[in-house]
Amino acid sequence: MADPELVRYTLDNGLRVVLAPDATAPVVGVSVHYDVGFRSEPEGRTGFAHLFEHLMFQGSESLEKLAHFRHVQSSGGTFNGSTHPDYTDYFEVLPSAALERALFLEADRMRAPKLTAENLANQIDVVKEEIRLNVLNRPYGGFPWITLPPVLYSTFPNAHNGYGGFEDLESATVDDCAAFFDTYYSPANAVLTVAGDFEVDNAKKLIEEHFGDVPHRPAPERPSFAEPLPTTELRGEVEDAHAPLPALGIGYRMPDPINDVDSYLAYLVLAGVLTDGDGSRLQQRLVHKEPLVVDIGAGAGLFGPFEARDPDTFTITLIHPHEVPRERVLAALDDELEKLAETPPSEEELRKVTARWTASLHSEHDRLVSRTLALGSFELLYGDASLVYRLADRMSAVTAEAVSAAAKALRPDARAVLVVKPASEGNNEQ
Amino acid sequence: MTSATHRSAEEIGRTARGPRPLPPLGEQRAAADLSHVDTTLANGLRVLAVRKATVPLVEARLWIPFAGDDALHPATAEVLAETILTGTARRNRIEIDAELALIGGDIGAGVDPERLVLTGSALADKLPTFLDVLGDVLTGATYADEEIAREKERLVERIAVSRTQPRTIAREALQKHRYGDHPATREVPRAEDVAVVTPEQVRALHQASVLPRGSVMVLVGDLDPDGVIGELEKVLGGWASDRSAVRLPPLPDLTGPSVLLVPRAGAVQSQIRLSAQTIPRTDPGYAALQLANLAYGGYFSSRLVENIRENKGYTYSAHSGFEFTDGTAVVNVDADTATDATAPALLETRYELGRLGQVPPSGDELESVRQYAIGSLLTSTSSQSGLAGQVLALASTGLGLEWLNEHPARVAAVTAEDVAEAALKYFAPKRFTGVVVGDATVLERKLLALGDVVVGEPA
Repeated sequence: MADPELVRYTLDNGLRVVLAPDATAPVVGVSVHYDVGFRSEPEGRTGFAHLFEHLMFQGSESLEKLAHFRHVQSSGGTFNGSTHPDYTDYFEVLPSAALERALFLEADRMRAPKLTAENLANQIDVVKEEIRLNVLNRPYGGFPWITLPPVLYSTFPNAHNGYGGFEDLESATVDDCAAFFDTYYSPANAVLTVAGDFEVDNAKKLIEEHFGDVPHRPAPERPSFAEPLPTTELRGEVEDAHAPLPALGIGYRMPDPINDVDSYLAYLVLAGVLTDGDGSRLQQRLVHKEPLVVDIGAGAGLFGPFEARDPDTFTITLIHPHEVPRERVLAALDDELEKLAETPPSEEELRKVTARWTASLHSEHDRLVSRTLALGSFELLYGDASLVYRLADRMSAVTAEAVSAAAKALRPDARAVLVVKPASEGNNEQ
Repeated sequence: MTSATHRSAEEIGRTARGPRPLPPLGEQRAAADLSHVDTTLANGLRVLAVRKATVPLVEARLWIPFAGDDALHPATAEVLAETILTGTARRNRIEIDAELALIGGDIGAGVDPERLVLTGSALADKLPTFLDVLGDVLTGATYADEEIAREKERLVERIAVSRTQPRTIAREALQKHRYGDHPATREVPRAEDVAVVTPEQVRALHQASVLPRGSVMVLVGDLDPDGVIGELEKVLGGWASDRSAVRLPPLPDLTGPSVLLVPRAGAVQSQIRLSAQTIPRTDPGYAALQLANLAYGGYFSSRLVENIRENKGYTYSAHSGFEFTDGTAVVNVDADTATDATAPALLETRYELGRLGQVPPSGDELESVRQYAIGSLLTSTSSQSGLAGQVLALASTGLGLEWLNEHPARVAAVTAEDVAEAALKYFAPKRFTGVVVGDATVLERKLLALGDVVVGEPA
């Protein structure tokens, strides 16, 4: 399939722009990706990037508190934002008549957000409720994205909790917010994406009108988050008060997602060969044949692929019955990886994985919100939004030998194993 | 924090030029009419096939009314849904998965007290293979003994996991409290029932209840609507019965009782779930009710969210929305709150219910929800999967694509009086029943003081 039309350029203030016109439905998606995520939080300020994301919705020079939500929704649109390891995104999807409004709203908070003590206190409460809902009051809450990194990684940026500790959240100040904004939320550190039903020339004119006078500030220097590979198996344990069954989160390091794309893709294909569908290796053996586990999944990235720079994590997560010893599960897993390392997967195994990937990429791009966000994050992380449209072909080109090599690299002596113990299990070893 | 010489928050929030005006909306283009066919096959299955060629995929949804009053029905139905794709006379479990994978396809099955739904998709040029697998499963699922045995074990484990989810606990309590022992309440089967289900029972249930007459199939995507009907007649010709799929007995009208505080020791958060009878999409008053609901708690800019989240910080998410069950409808109000914030959150939730009737939405509020209702319909139906979901929801209550095309005009015609009337009629606090699940030792005194709350386990 030919690449759909894509227009990319940079404003004088450094803001990168991606335009992806598509008139099949009268709706438009707008997103802004800032090049800062929770890996950039300083020590003592865990959860700050996400808390700050909440504050960016709380008003700006032209928009009183709550006005942002009202203007998007009263134009018929939907909105949200999310914080990732290496970026934070903001987005709206609206009827195409509301394009200029969306650009105005994003530009106004990029230019002059209102950071107040009152809004900060209120959003600290809201974020604490979010954490109670998604982590503290739920079985397997935060598993594995919060609980696995501290086992696999040793440096603060990679290992800490991106949702944040309550004490850190509570001690955040308005001045912290001002410093964070001035450092990271400059136009030169951001990508604006517009996708859907619009005319390119008109969009360019509106973008210049609304974003053109946001003053330039230099993008901050991006530190390396690199750390050495594990040289032994790392083990960790958490007790889960709500979980009825034990679980394991297994984390491996993987190739640089940005500078070694094809090796990274081989790990994605490997994840499919291992756990995608009833016919996959680990589903067949661990779920159906033996059976040792209730559920199992494997994948790249703690939230999904293509959303972090190096170092990134390959994870295998599973839930198993009390009576199955975890060492038996790990042994079966290692056995399957070893088989793959010795004998590359068949052509048919690869075709199954890549056909499903092709379909799921089509499906993702069919949803305007996903397409807008994918174009923005690829422009930000890879410097090339058009890679989105070439992923399916790149995946199909992954060889059986590359998948086999990836399996070989998932070594027991260079991984992290996180054990989730139901609280009811107490200290009794199984 | 990082920048050595950063501006103050006040400096950041101001520019020399000052605040700027909100740009007006531009001209809105209407969605293109979609070519489609809405017909009934010889076997009684209603089919809606819609051409939407945005990507080379086809989305499929099959809705089969699937009620049953047998005590073992929920468990048997759950095992059936878990094993319907594990083998036919022509293909075993692995072969089904492999055949679907090679066409970029997937089929999943889910069941609840009202219906069995098969959801799938595949690359458009492989549609015949997809339909062949689907037809094979519908007419020839074998439910092999060993597959049943294994899936039962997994199901028991998964039920255990599910029953520890606060939202499942709260949902179960709400169902029992408002509908007693009506079959609609049996959403998650009991593990001990699953354990005794036999393969014969599952096969018998398939024979008796996986039926085309009274069921609906929706296909949306890069397809030829007329051509695909012929294809379906061929592939599903063998799927036939004189009987109709089994519908759920009507739900009783919701009139009470009081809100029930269900103790959950040590919970750090409570689930507030309120519910009241309303009217379905087929009712002429639905558009006005829809707008009243949006203004109350149906979108982020609603009174409820602005009050208990944005002003008071009691909750991360508060929401109200409709639940449609076979021709009837209720409105549900949900919020999860910290234990300390639970009683004040319930107070404010009821206050906003009362206020909606007494101080109905203003002109600005009405225009906002009107645009949102029309715009979100455009957005949600702009993808194949979103459109397939919408069309299925409509078709399951007897409506068709014309409802989707005509609804923006209905929403546009709603007056302020219509919304005020709907608010007073359907959102009165006294109409609502529900549950609060949380740490009763902390909550009891304050919740009882609010009135119309009792403590106990659901009936």
